[in-house]
Amino acid sequence: MEPDETSAIPAPPTPRDLFVAFLMIALSGFGGVLPWARRMLVETKSWLDEDTFNETLALCQSLPGPNIVNMSIVVGTRFAGARGAMAAVTGLIAAPLVIVLVLGALYDRFGALPRLAGAIAGLGAAASGLVAATAAKMAAPLIRRRPLVAAPFMVAGFVAVGLLRWPLPWVLAALAPLSIAAAWRLRR
Amino acid sequence: MKSTTDTLTALLVQFAILSLLAFGGANAVVPEIHRQAVEVHHWTTDKDFAALFALAQAAPGPNFLISTLVGWKAAGLAGALVATAAMCAPSCLLSFWIVKIWDRYREADWRIAIGAGLAPVSVGLVSASAWLLARAADSGWRLAIVTAATAAVAYFTRVNPLWCLAAAAALGLAGVLG
Repeated sequence: MEPDETSAIPAPPTPRDLFVAFLMIALSGFGGVLPWARRMLVETKSWLDEDTFNETLALCQSLPGPNIVNMSIVVGTRFAGARGAMAAVTGLIAAPLVIVLVLGALYDRFGALPRLAGAIAGLGAAASGLVAATAAKMAAPLIRRRPLVAAPFMVAGFVAVGLLRWPLPWVLAALAPLSIAAAWRLRR
Repeated sequence: MKSTTDTLTALLVQFAILSLLAFGGANAVVPEIHRQAVEVHHWTTDKDFAALFALAQAAPGPNFLISTLVGWKAAGLAGALVATAAMCAPSCLLSFWIVKIWDRYREADWRIAIGAGLAPVSVGLVSASAWLLARAADSGWRLAIVTAATAAVAYFTRVNPLWCLAAAAALGLAGVLG
Protein backbone atom coordinates (compact mmCIF):
# COMPACT_ATOMS: atom_id res chain seq x y z
CA MET A 1 0.00 0.00 0.00
CA GLU A 2 1.11 3.55 -0.68
CA PRO A 3 1.13 5.77 2.42
CA ASP A 4 -1.27 8.29 0.83
CA GLU A 5 -3.71 5.47 0.05
CA THR A 6 -3.78 4.13 3.59
CA SER A 7 -4.86 7.50 4.90
CA ALA A 8 -7.91 7.43 2.62
CA ILE A 9 -9.12 4.00 3.77
CA PRO A 10 -9.50 2.38 7.21
CA ALA A 11 -6.47 0.95 9.02
CA PRO A 12 -5.02 -2.09 7.19
CA PRO A 13 -6.58 -5.37 8.34
CA THR A 14 -4.73 -7.64 10.73
CA PRO A 15 -4.27 -11.38 10.03
CA ARG A 16 -7.24 -11.99 12.33
CA ASP A 17 -9.44 -9.58 10.32
CA LEU A 18 -8.35 -11.31 7.11
CA PHE A 19 -9.17 -14.73 8.52
CA VAL A 20 -12.67 -13.67 9.55
CA ALA A 21 -13.38 -11.83 6.28
CA PHE A 22 -12.36 -14.77 4.07
CA LEU A 23 -14.25 -17.18 6.31
CA MET A 24 -17.39 -15.11 5.75
CA ILE A 25 -16.70 -14.96 2.00
CA ALA A 26 -16.33 -18.75 1.87
CA LEU A 27 -19.50 -19.44 3.83
CA SER A 28 -21.56 -17.05 1.67
CA GLY A 29 -20.19 -18.42 -1.58
CA PHE A 30 -22.81 -20.89 -2.71
CA GLY A 31 -22.30 -21.70 -6.39
CA GLY A 32 -19.24 -19.45 -6.69
CA VAL A 33 -17.18 -17.31 -4.37
CA LEU A 34 -16.08 -14.42 -6.55
CA PRO A 35 -19.21 -12.19 -6.28
CA TRP A 36 -19.02 -12.45 -2.49
CA ALA A 37 -15.32 -11.69 -2.44
CA ARG A 38 -15.96 -8.45 -4.31
CA ARG A 39 -18.83 -7.55 -2.01
CA MET A 40 -16.76 -8.12 1.14
CA LEU A 41 -13.45 -6.61 0.04
CA VAL A 42 -14.78 -3.61 -1.93
CA GLU A 43 -18.24 -2.78 -0.59
CA THR A 44 -18.36 -3.95 3.04
CA LYS A 45 -14.76 -3.53 4.22
CA SER A 46 -13.41 -0.98 1.69
CA TRP A 47 -10.03 -2.70 1.85
CA LEU A 48 -9.73 -2.48 -1.95
CA ASP A 49 -11.16 0.10 -4.34
CA GLU A 50 -12.89 -1.10 -7.54
CA ASP A 51 -9.86 -0.72 -9.80
CA THR A 52 -7.54 -2.45 -7.38
CA PHE A 53 -10.00 -5.31 -7.09
CA ASN A 54 -10.21 -5.76 -10.89
CA GLU A 55 -6.46 -5.58 -11.26
CA THR A 56 -5.94 -8.05 -8.41
CA LEU A 57 -8.45 -10.42 -10.00
CA ALA A 58 -6.64 -10.20 -13.34
CA LEU A 59 -3.42 -11.13 -11.57
CA CYS A 60 -5.07 -14.06 -9.85
CA GLN A 61 -6.62 -15.23 -13.12
CA SER A 62 -3.31 -15.20 -14.94
CA LEU A 63 -1.63 -17.24 -12.19
CA PRO A 64 -2.23 -21.00 -12.07
CA GLY A 65 -4.35 -22.40 -9.25
CA PRO A 66 -7.84 -21.70 -7.93
CA ASN A 67 -8.44 -17.97 -8.60
CA ILE A 68 -10.08 -17.17 -5.31
CA VAL A 69 -7.37 -18.98 -3.34
CA ASN A 70 -4.77 -16.92 -5.17
CA MET A 71 -6.75 -13.80 -4.34
CA SER A 72 -6.70 -14.64 -0.62
CA ILE A 73 -2.92 -15.04 -0.85
CA VAL A 74 -2.42 -11.79 -2.78
CA VAL A 75 -4.72 -9.70 -0.56
CA GLY A 76 -3.33 -11.27 2.63
CA THR A 77 0.25 -10.69 1.51
CA ARG A 78 -0.31 -7.07 0.55
CA PHE A 79 -1.91 -6.18 3.89
CA ALA A 80 -0.09 -8.38 6.39
CA GLY A 81 2.72 -10.33 4.70
CA ALA A 82 3.12 -14.09 5.04
CA ARG A 83 1.01 -14.26 8.20
CA GLY A 84 -1.78 -12.38 6.47
CA ALA A 85 -1.63 -14.78 3.51
CA MET A 86 -1.81 -17.82 5.82
CA ALA A 87 -4.71 -16.32 7.77
CA ALA A 88 -6.70 -15.44 4.63
CA VAL A 89 -6.25 -18.78 2.88
CA THR A 90 -7.04 -20.75 6.05
CA GLY A 91 -10.20 -18.72 6.54
CA LEU A 92 -11.20 -19.40 2.96
CA ILE A 93 -10.64 -23.15 2.93
CA ALA A 94 -11.19 -24.58 6.43
CA ALA A 95 -14.98 -24.45 6.80
CA PRO A 96 -15.86 -25.41 3.18
CA LEU A 97 -13.48 -28.35 3.47
CA VAL A 98 -15.43 -29.76 6.40
CA ILE A 99 -18.81 -29.05 4.78
CA VAL A 100 -17.93 -30.70 1.48
CA LEU A 101 -16.63 -33.81 3.25
CA VAL A 102 -19.86 -34.10 5.25
CA LEU A 103 -21.83 -33.78 1.98
CA GLY A 104 -19.59 -36.40 0.36
CA ALA A 105 -20.17 -38.81 3.25
CA LEU A 106 -23.92 -38.24 3.05
CA TYR A 107 -23.83 -38.89 -0.69
CA ASP A 108 -21.93 -42.15 -0.11
CA ARG A 109 -24.51 -43.35 2.40
CA PHE A 110 -27.73 -42.08 0.86
CA GLY A 111 -26.84 -41.30 -2.76
CA ALA A 112 -28.35 -44.58 -3.99
CA LEU A 113 -31.85 -43.70 -2.76
CA PRO A 114 -33.83 -43.07 -5.96
CA ARG A 115 -35.23 -39.67 -4.95
CA LEU A 116 -31.86 -38.39 -3.78
CA ALA A 117 -30.13 -39.84 -6.82
CA GLY A 118 -32.61 -37.85 -8.91
CA ALA A 119 -31.83 -34.65 -7.01
CA ILE A 120 -28.10 -35.17 -7.42
CA ALA A 121 -28.53 -35.92 -11.12
CA GLY A 122 -30.41 -32.64 -11.50
CA LEU A 123 -27.71 -30.84 -9.53
CA GLY A 124 -25.00 -32.32 -11.73
CA ALA A 125 -26.77 -31.29 -14.93
CA ALA A 126 -27.19 -27.72 -13.65
CA ALA A 127 -23.59 -27.56 -12.40
CA SER A 128 -22.25 -28.48 -15.83
CA GLY A 129 -24.45 -25.75 -17.32
CA LEU A 130 -22.89 -23.21 -14.94
CA VAL A 131 -19.43 -24.19 -16.15
CA ALA A 132 -20.57 -23.76 -19.75
CA ALA A 133 -21.86 -20.27 -18.94
CA THR A 134 -18.57 -19.39 -17.25
CA ALA A 135 -16.68 -20.52 -20.35
CA ALA A 136 -18.96 -18.40 -22.55
CA LYS A 137 -18.53 -15.35 -20.30
CA MET A 138 -14.76 -15.75 -20.39
CA ALA A 139 -14.81 -16.20 -24.17
CA ALA A 140 -17.06 -13.26 -25.06
CA PRO A 141 -14.59 -10.36 -24.53
CA LEU A 142 -11.77 -12.26 -26.23
CA ILE A 143 -13.93 -13.04 -29.26
CA ARG A 144 -14.98 -9.38 -29.45
CA ARG A 145 -11.49 -7.95 -29.18
CA ARG A 146 -9.34 -10.32 -31.22
CA PRO A 147 -11.32 -13.25 -32.66
CA LEU A 148 -8.70 -14.40 -35.15
CA VAL A 149 -5.96 -14.82 -32.52
CA ALA A 150 -8.10 -16.12 -29.68
CA ALA A 151 -10.53 -18.52 -31.39
CA PRO A 152 -7.98 -21.03 -32.76
CA PHE A 153 -6.43 -21.51 -29.31
CA MET A 154 -9.83 -21.85 -27.65
CA VAL A 155 -10.94 -24.47 -30.18
CA ALA A 156 -7.61 -26.30 -30.02
CA GLY A 157 -7.75 -26.47 -26.21
CA PHE A 158 -11.34 -27.71 -26.30
CA VAL A 159 -10.70 -30.37 -28.94
CA ALA A 160 -7.43 -31.65 -27.45
CA VAL A 161 -8.66 -31.91 -23.86
CA GLY A 162 -12.43 -32.33 -24.23
CA LEU A 163 -12.77 -34.50 -27.33
CA LEU A 164 -9.41 -36.22 -27.77
CA ARG A 165 -8.81 -36.54 -23.99
CA TRP A 166 -5.11 -35.76 -24.32
CA PRO A 167 -3.21 -35.22 -21.04
CA LEU A 168 -3.36 -31.59 -19.95
CA PRO A 169 0.39 -31.06 -19.30
CA TRP A 170 1.24 -31.86 -22.94
CA VAL A 171 -1.60 -29.79 -24.32
CA LEU A 172 -0.55 -26.77 -22.25
CA ALA A 173 3.11 -27.25 -23.12
CA ALA A 174 2.17 -27.08 -26.80
CA LEU A 175 -0.57 -24.44 -26.80
CA ALA A 176 0.53 -21.91 -24.16
CA PRO A 177 3.83 -20.88 -25.81
CA LEU A 178 2.17 -20.58 -29.23
CA SER A 179 -0.66 -18.49 -27.83
CA ILE A 180 1.69 -16.24 -25.86
CA ALA A 181 3.86 -15.83 -28.96
CA ALA A 182 0.80 -14.83 -30.98
CA ALA A 183 -0.20 -12.29 -28.31
CA TRP A 184 3.37 -10.97 -28.23
CA ARG A 185 3.48 -10.45 -32.01
CA LEU A 186 0.20 -8.54 -31.94
CA ARG A 187 1.04 -6.34 -28.95
CA ARG A 188 1.02 -2.62 -29.39
CA MET B 1 0.12 -50.05 4.28
CA LYS B 2 2.01 -49.72 1.06
CA SER B 3 -0.99 -49.32 -1.20
CA THR B 4 -2.35 -46.42 0.88
CA THR B 5 1.03 -44.74 0.81
CA ASP B 6 1.13 -45.22 -2.95
CA THR B 7 -2.32 -43.70 -3.33
CA LEU B 8 -1.43 -40.70 -1.15
CA THR B 9 1.78 -40.20 -3.11
CA ALA B 10 -0.15 -40.34 -6.38
CA LEU B 11 -2.66 -37.80 -5.04
CA LEU B 12 0.12 -35.51 -3.85
CA VAL B 13 2.00 -35.61 -7.15
CA GLN B 14 -1.06 -35.33 -9.40
CA PHE B 15 -2.70 -32.45 -7.59
CA ALA B 16 0.57 -30.57 -7.05
CA ILE B 17 1.13 -30.68 -10.82
CA LEU B 18 -2.46 -29.65 -11.51
CA SER B 19 -2.14 -26.77 -9.06
CA LEU B 20 0.56 -25.26 -11.25
CA LEU B 21 -1.25 -26.07 -14.51
CA ALA B 22 -4.64 -24.62 -13.48
CA PHE B 23 -4.50 -21.48 -15.60
CA GLY B 24 -7.99 -20.00 -15.58
CA GLY B 25 -8.88 -21.55 -12.24
CA ALA B 26 -9.77 -24.98 -10.95
CA ASN B 27 -12.41 -25.59 -13.65
CA ALA B 28 -9.67 -25.63 -16.28
CA VAL B 29 -8.17 -28.80 -14.79
CA VAL B 30 -11.44 -30.66 -14.19
CA PRO B 31 -10.92 -32.72 -17.39
CA GLU B 32 -7.49 -33.78 -16.16
CA ILE B 33 -8.77 -34.53 -12.63
CA HIS B 34 -11.51 -36.59 -14.31
CA ARG B 35 -9.00 -38.41 -16.50
CA GLN B 36 -6.72 -39.22 -13.55
CA ALA B 37 -9.49 -40.15 -11.11
CA VAL B 38 -11.72 -42.17 -13.45
CA GLU B 39 -9.58 -43.45 -16.31
CA VAL B 40 -6.02 -43.74 -14.94
CA HIS B 41 -6.37 -44.53 -11.21
CA HIS B 42 -10.01 -45.70 -10.98
CA TRP B 43 -10.53 -43.79 -7.74
CA THR B 44 -14.15 -43.14 -8.68
CA THR B 45 -16.68 -43.77 -11.47
CA ASP B 46 -17.79 -41.36 -14.18
CA LYS B 47 -21.23 -41.02 -12.60
CA ASP B 48 -19.89 -40.48 -9.06
CA PHE B 49 -17.45 -37.90 -10.41
CA ALA B 50 -20.32 -35.88 -11.85
CA ALA B 51 -22.15 -36.11 -8.52
CA LEU B 52 -19.08 -35.08 -6.51
CA PHE B 53 -18.51 -32.15 -8.84
CA ALA B 54 -22.11 -31.09 -8.33
CA LEU B 55 -21.67 -31.26 -4.54
CA ALA B 56 -18.48 -29.20 -4.71
CA GLN B 57 -20.28 -26.60 -6.87
CA ALA B 58 -23.37 -26.43 -4.69
CA ALA B 59 -21.55 -26.31 -1.35
CA PRO B 60 -20.34 -22.94 -0.07
CA GLY B 61 -16.70 -22.22 -0.76
CA PRO B 62 -14.23 -22.50 -3.62
CA ASN B 63 -15.09 -24.92 -6.44
CA PHE B 64 -11.67 -26.58 -6.36
CA LEU B 65 -13.01 -28.70 -3.48
CA ILE B 66 -13.75 -31.34 -6.14
CA SER B 67 -10.10 -32.27 -5.55
CA THR B 68 -10.86 -32.74 -1.83
CA LEU B 69 -13.68 -35.14 -2.69
CA VAL B 70 -11.59 -37.07 -5.19
CA GLY B 71 -8.86 -37.43 -2.55
CA TRP B 72 -11.44 -38.64 -0.07
CA LYS B 73 -12.76 -41.23 -2.55
CA ALA B 74 -9.23 -42.43 -3.20
CA ALA B 75 -7.88 -42.64 0.36
CA GLY B 76 -10.37 -41.39 2.96
CA LEU B 77 -9.72 -38.40 5.19
CA ALA B 78 -5.95 -38.52 4.70
CA GLY B 79 -6.51 -38.50 0.95
CA ALA B 80 -8.86 -35.53 1.22
CA LEU B 81 -6.33 -33.50 3.20
CA VAL B 82 -3.41 -34.45 0.96
CA ALA B 83 -5.33 -33.63 -2.24
CA THR B 84 -6.53 -30.28 -0.85
CA ALA B 85 -3.09 -29.25 0.35
CA ALA B 86 -1.43 -30.39 -2.88
CA MET B 87 -3.98 -28.50 -4.98
CA CYS B 88 -3.39 -25.26 -3.03
CA ALA B 89 0.16 -25.12 -1.75
CA PRO B 90 2.17 -24.86 -4.99
CA SER B 91 0.00 -22.16 -6.56
CA CYS B 92 -0.22 -20.32 -3.20
CA LEU B 93 3.57 -20.21 -2.88
CA LEU B 94 3.82 -19.05 -6.48
CA SER B 95 1.21 -16.32 -5.93
CA PHE B 96 2.95 -15.18 -2.74
CA TRP B 97 6.19 -14.83 -4.64
CA ILE B 98 4.79 -13.42 -7.89
CA VAL B 99 2.64 -10.65 -6.38
CA LYS B 100 5.73 -8.52 -5.74
CA ILE B 101 7.14 -9.03 -9.25
CA TRP B 102 3.71 -8.39 -10.77
CA ASP B 103 3.32 -5.10 -8.94
CA ARG B 104 6.71 -4.02 -10.24
CA TYR B 105 6.19 -5.03 -13.93
CA ARG B 106 2.48 -4.30 -14.30
CA GLU B 107 2.92 -2.37 -17.57
CA ALA B 108 5.63 -4.56 -19.15
CA ASP B 109 4.92 -5.93 -22.65
CA TRP B 110 6.00 -9.47 -21.77
CA ARG B 111 3.69 -9.53 -18.76
CA ILE B 112 0.72 -8.37 -20.81
CA ALA B 113 1.53 -10.88 -23.59
CA ILE B 114 1.62 -13.77 -21.09
CA GLY B 115 -1.75 -12.76 -19.69
CA ALA B 116 -3.28 -12.28 -23.14
CA GLY B 117 -1.84 -15.54 -24.45
CA LEU B 118 -3.00 -17.71 -21.57
CA ALA B 119 -6.56 -16.37 -21.63
CA PRO B 120 -7.88 -18.14 -24.79
CA VAL B 121 -6.20 -21.40 -23.84
CA SER B 122 -7.91 -21.37 -20.45
CA VAL B 123 -11.26 -20.66 -22.15
CA GLY B 124 -10.74 -23.78 -24.26
CA LEU B 125 -9.98 -25.82 -21.13
CA VAL B 126 -13.03 -24.55 -19.24
CA SER B 127 -15.19 -25.38 -22.28
CA ALA B 128 -13.73 -28.88 -22.25
CA SER B 129 -14.68 -29.15 -18.55
CA ALA B 130 -18.26 -28.15 -19.34
CA TRP B 131 -18.43 -30.69 -22.18
CA LEU B 132 -17.10 -33.60 -20.11
CA LEU B 133 -19.25 -32.78 -17.08
CA ALA B 134 -22.37 -32.43 -19.20
CA ARG B 135 -21.66 -35.73 -20.93
CA ALA B 136 -21.31 -37.49 -17.57
CA ALA B 137 -24.34 -35.75 -16.02
CA ASP B 138 -26.84 -35.69 -18.88
CA SER B 139 -28.04 -39.29 -19.10
CA GLY B 140 -31.30 -38.24 -20.77
CA TRP B 141 -32.81 -35.40 -22.75
CA ARG B 142 -34.52 -33.88 -19.69
CA LEU B 143 -31.19 -33.52 -17.92
CA ALA B 144 -29.67 -32.06 -21.08
CA ILE B 145 -32.41 -29.43 -21.06
CA VAL B 146 -31.55 -28.61 -17.42
CA THR B 147 -27.91 -28.12 -18.45
CA ALA B 148 -28.83 -25.90 -21.39
CA ALA B 149 -31.38 -23.88 -19.38
CA THR B 150 -28.91 -23.32 -16.52
CA ALA B 151 -26.22 -22.24 -18.95
CA ALA B 152 -28.62 -19.79 -20.61
CA VAL B 153 -29.85 -18.32 -17.31
CA ALA B 154 -26.32 -17.97 -15.94
CA TYR B 155 -25.07 -16.39 -19.14
CA PHE B 156 -27.92 -14.04 -20.04
CA THR B 157 -29.28 -12.99 -16.63
CA ARG B 158 -27.93 -11.81 -13.30
CA VAL B 159 -30.01 -14.31 -11.34
CA ASN B 160 -28.05 -15.95 -8.51
CA PRO B 161 -26.93 -19.32 -9.99
CA LEU B 162 -27.87 -20.95 -6.71
CA TRP B 163 -31.53 -20.74 -7.80
CA CYS B 164 -30.73 -22.89 -10.85
CA LEU B 165 -29.02 -25.48 -8.69
CA ALA B 166 -31.92 -25.49 -6.23
CA ALA B 167 -34.54 -25.75 -8.98
CA ALA B 168 -32.66 -28.58 -10.70
CA ALA B 169 -32.30 -30.47 -7.41
CA ALA B 170 -36.01 -29.98 -6.64
CA LEU B 171 -37.03 -31.26 -10.09
CA GLY B 172 -34.77 -34.26 -9.61
CA LEU B 173 -36.16 -34.91 -6.15
CA ALA B 174 -39.68 -34.79 -7.56
CA GLY B 175 -38.63 -37.47 -10.03
CA VAL B 176 -39.41 -35.55 -13.22
CA LEU B 177 -35.88 -35.68 -14.66
CA GLY B 178 -35.41 -39.45 -14.76
